[in-house]
Amino acid sequence: MRGEARGGRDGAARRRSTLASTPAQVQRVEENASVPIPGDEALPVEHVRLAIELDIPSDVRYIEDIVAMVTRQCAQLAYAPRQLALNVPVALTEALSNAILYGNGERLDRHVHVRAEVDRERLVVEVSDEGAGFDLESSEIDPTSPENLLREDGRGLFLMRRLMDSVERFDDRGNVIRMTLRRS
Amino acid sequence: MSFSIRKQGDVVVVDVEGQLIVGNRQELKQKVLDELEKGERKFLIDFSQTGYIDSSGLGVLVSLSKKIREQGGELRLANLNDDLKTLFELTKLDTLFQIADTRERALESF
Repeated sequence: MRGEARGGRDGAARRRSTLASTPAQVQRVEENASVPIPGDEALPVEHVRLAIELDIPSDVRYIEDIVAMVTRQCAQLAYAPRQLALNVPVALTEALSNAILYGNGERLDRHVHVRAEVDRERLVVEVSDEGAGFDLESSEIDPTSPENLLREDGRGLFLMRRLMDSVERFDDRGNVIRMTLRRS
Repeated sequence: MSFSIRKQGDVVVVDVEGQLIVGNRQELKQKVLDELEKGERKFLIDFSQTGYIDSSGLGVLVSLSKKIREQGGELRLANLNDDLKTLFELTKLDTLFQIADTRERALESF
């Protein structure tokens, strides 16, 4: 983590960055990260919390870069390879594509807000859109049942639930999905 | 992320490089459907260079499987790493597709 902005072991170091491979429509990407002091790689990271916060237009081309950012934060805190290669990227991709495609209807004037907090205990990701939301409980279908196996859709929420420890929905600040994964 | 297509004998082999997700699934679908339209009937999708696959990517594979079968063709998958195997097992799509450990075994299975 050498070269990151200095922010104190538990403090927040704010820096701005842009997504290199994303379209020109992006207004800004703001990343808030609590990082160890540069040069402190040997210090214990038990009490370090990394945070990332982004606001993106409703365009699926942003998804891969955001997933890479969050996964990188988890990798810095030694999450298991399986979690880095499967749980985090797939569940986060599902949440983002739901927000972009269904929540905001791919309208570029509507934004998706992402906030991810990672520490040695857990990853908590919130994805908010400007849509009407949906009832998480009534959206339960089993895509593994014989009658659904040949369906092309209907696996997104199922995968989020199977790959994360919890998936919750709130609508106090727009339509918010919160996913939590304990580090293993 | 990209897809490369080549012929090995009478089999169309597609390599998925990077992710197969909502942002690029249509590209894969169109490339395979174009080959199907040209009269190709044997397809192998190789995931040895693939990162992760989301539900949209899985949906496209299901869709292609159905369309290829409707035309009397066959689709095989090969080289799923352990994480991708788990994804197929979670969704039970491992029961829908013929999956080979290696490209060679997949080619031999046609």
